[in-house]
Amino acid sequence: MLSRKITSDSHGQDSSYFLGWEAYEKNSYHEVENPSGIIQMGLAENQLSFDLLESWLAENPEAIGLKRTSGESLFKDLALFQDYHGLSAFKNELVEFMSKIRGNKVKFDANKLVLTAGATSANETLMFCLADPGDAFLLPIPYYPGFDRDLKWRTGVEIVPIKCSSSNGFRITSCALEEAYLQAQDQGLKVKGVLVTNPSNPLGTTLTPDEIDLLIDFAIEKEAHIVSDEIYSGTVFDSPSFVSIAEAIKDRNLESSDVFSRVHIVYSLSKDLGVPGFRVGMIYSNDEQVVSAATKMSSFGLVSSQTQYMFSQLFADKKFTAKYMKENLKRLRKRKEIIVSGLKSAGIKCLKSNACLFVWVDMRNLLSSNSFDAEMELWKRIVYEVGLNVSPGSSCHCSEPGWFRMCFANMSEETLHVALQRLKAFAETLIKSKQQQQFGLSFSRTRSLTRWVFQLASDHDHRETDR
Amino acid sequence: MSFTVSSKQLLSKIATGDGHGENSPYFDGWKAYDNDPFHPTNNSNGVIQMGLAENQLCFDLVQDWILDNPRASICTPEGVDEFRDIAIFQDYHGLPEFREAVAKFMGKVRRDRVTFDPDRIVMSGGATGAHEMVTFCLADPGEAFLVPVPYYPGFDRDLKWRTGIQLIPVHCESANGFKVTRDALEEAYEKTESENIRVKGLLITNPSNPLGTILDRETLRSIVRFINEKSIHLVCDEIYAATVFSQPAFVSISEIIAGDDGIKCNTDLIHIVYSLSKDMGFPGFRVGIVYSYNDAVVNCARKMSSFGLVSSQTQHLIAAMLSDDVFVKRFLAESSRRLGIRHKVFTRGLAQVGISCLKSNAGLFLWMDLHRLLKEQTLEAEMALWKVIIHEVKLNVSPGSSFHCPEPGWFRVCIANMDDHTMEVALKRIRSFVLQKKEPVVVPNKKKCWQDHNLRLSFSARRFDDFLMASPHSPIPHSPLVQART
Repeated sequence: MLSRKITSDSHGQDSSYFLGWEAYEKNSYHEVENPSGIIQMGLAENQLSFDLLESWLAENPEAIGLKRTSGESLFKDLALFQDYHGLSAFKNELVEFMSKIRGNKVKFDANKLVLTAGATSANETLMFCLADPGDAFLLPIPYYPGFDRDLKWRTGVEIVPIKCSSSNGFRITSCALEEAYLQAQDQGLKVKGVLVTNPSNPLGTTLTPDEIDLLIDFAIEKEAHIVSDEIYSGTVFDSPSFVSIAEAIKDRNLESSDVFSRVHIVYSLSKDLGVPGFRVGMIYSNDEQVVSAATKMSSFGLVSSQTQYMFSQLFADKKFTAKYMKENLKRLRKRKEIIVSGLKSAGIKCLKSNACLFVWVDMRNLLSSNSFDAEMELWKRIVYEVGLNVSPGSSCHCSEPGWFRMCFANMSEETLHVALQRLKAFAETLIKSKQQQQFGLSFSRTRSLTRWVFQLASDHDHRETDR
Repeated sequence: MSFTVSSKQLLSKIATGDGHGENSPYFDGWKAYDNDPFHPTNNSNGVIQMGLAENQLCFDLVQDWILDNPRASICTPEGVDEFRDIAIFQDYHGLPEFREAVAKFMGKVRRDRVTFDPDRIVMSGGATGAHEMVTFCLADPGEAFLVPVPYYPGFDRDLKWRTGIQLIPVHCESANGFKVTRDALEEAYEKTESENIRVKGLLITNPSNPLGTILDRETLRSIVRFINEKSIHLVCDEIYAATVFSQPAFVSISEIIAGDDGIKCNTDLIHIVYSLSKDMGFPGFRVGIVYSYNDAVVNCARKMSSFGLVSSQTQHLIAAMLSDDVFVKRFLAESSRRLGIRHKVFTRGLAQVGISCLKSNAGLFLWMDLHRLLKEQTLEAEMALWKVIIHEVKLNVSPGSSFHCPEPGWFRVCIANMDDHTMEVALKRIRSFVLQKKEPVVVPNKKKCWQDHNLRLSFSARRFDDFLMASPHSPIPHSPLVQART
């Protein structure tokens, strides 16, 4: 009676990823009211710079759009404005902002920008435009769990993983790319393109120029699309600096070649500005037809006009925007340093990262065995015993057990310290008990050795007598 | 177009096809308007937009409320302390106060004869997003929905484009006021099923776009019986629910299934689409709602709503506004009143020059009958007349054919998206257009020429004399040219 989309669970929401959330919801940490509750470290939000936005708004009340400077009311125009081309003042500001994030090394054209209800909608819309049901996109693993829903659910598109491993810092290799392509072919799937998140979720790293070159070569050779989800581009707080796909294409002088029109960027204000509730996403494409089709499709999820207006005002204040970007990065870097050193003192390492709102934590040494079952077992202990909702690597389709994503920008500094203390206490206990286990093992090994040695010694005595 | 050796399709079929529906002639009038938009002082000869069903009559009330309630906005000094919590909030359940306020408002619009459960309220990107989302939940590619004609052209995109379903028209005719009959439903259903296409549901818009009429209780009951017997879904688009300005009173599907009517219904089949774009006049804010009586649909739609959530900034504003009972009561009453006046002025103005409209009591438009002005009763003649109206009379109205109307000569004319002055100008233009064709014209016995832009009125000489007597100031509606439609 209902569609197959309801009756299947391809929305991906029954994954373990969400069970931690439910636990959190039932028992949320509060420093005063529930200090033993679960701390949310599974939500990649940026809560570090709201004060800057709030004070700007307090000083700029006309951002609500009630009155133009001339005193005329703007409210009605905004309330009526549903043109899917979007408010041009807003789009003009956005392309300038996107350019600034990329150190002004590339310029963007507002006519190639399509506004969507969040990056969630942008990614789905791109799939609807670039692929037919049954076609495939290659994605490096680990990847953001939401892609299973956003890219596949209603579009019928398949994801084929590009295997990345910790042995080289989860970098994309040409071998892995080729292997994924062949695997797709074996499954009878037409590969329409590759989708990467750069900077990466969940790794927190920016793609190297080599990796980007690989992708471009691949796209040229296979006549494939590149979708670069650059939603975290404004969170690159450390070197190496961020290289956007747009910049790489330009540097290789490919702007007049075919591949240029197969490069598409997804962006959003949800991470850089920390405003996921406002649903401001966008697609930037060099293909006119994609822009045209995506613009029409954006009817299914336009950005509220009052939100467009508010941000067009905010971004127009260049001094504020520059100050915000600088301060935001500073605060993110500091937070990251706190979590990395906190983990280190607990004997826990993470992947060296330079961006995003989380770290990719290596807890392989805390697993009872090198298996995903052990990872789930560890994860449940972290959620229920330690009281931290972190994301297990398996939810991100990581091919190796023992990795966890931990967010650091969605809580106060005090809360982060509480979380780190808890984790340290847990890790120390776990390591100690593991050592004891191993000691117990070696102790019992020593005992049997002694018996054996005793045995040998007595045999030896016999032989001596025979000579 | 490149002539590369590879014929590989780089983009999807959806992206390269026509399913977005924008190549329909519906949009030509818009283009004419965009190129030459009317402005009372800067461009008084421009094209007047009468193709856009917007409600612009009550903005003053809303603006006053916003000025009086600065806390409702996160951008004011009074409201900015909520900025952080609102900016972060992306839970697809929506702000609880938003859902409660919308549920309450929906009840008030239906004169509190039914209550709505806030937990069944699911957000979407406008009614546009709501329709697509519901379709994704209820049907698989290739399956079909029945929809009575004439219907809103956007449905072709919203229900079919990315979902892959089909829309099958249910025949309705002017002879009985375009009522939806059981026979027509049966016929459409049987025909579709006989072609091995599975019918999943029926979509009705009540009040109707483009007719401006409401479905009476008996028709609604008959529809409910039909869908129950066939075990197919019923999607009711009630987007114009608060635009009813005179009797008969609006009856929502929620009332029919409430059980008082003695109608047994499997409520798992019933779904309502709603929005604030028409009742409140806020299309820019993208507030779409899916209200389903089916738990599985609510759950699934809620997950899908991730693709088109309402901006939390907007949720916050709407929650405050619609919780204000005094404001809501006043707004609904005043909006109805102003729509009623607008409707009366227009219908009278048209009647004075012998143009009749379908008798209606809702919506933001009139369903105007110009079949007498057609050279011949064909689609081509309708399009020819339409082009004249756009380019010579300079009014962007919508031809009935864009609504899949099976009878030529009907036009939808929007009347709530302009101020009084513009309305007067529009009426004046219509009047002079109709009256200027003085010579009685006998329709020439020549080959059909649909490209002929010269309009030939098919009035007989006698009728035209009557016509001359009906001066703009004479009382209506006793002219023989004015026919009351049911």
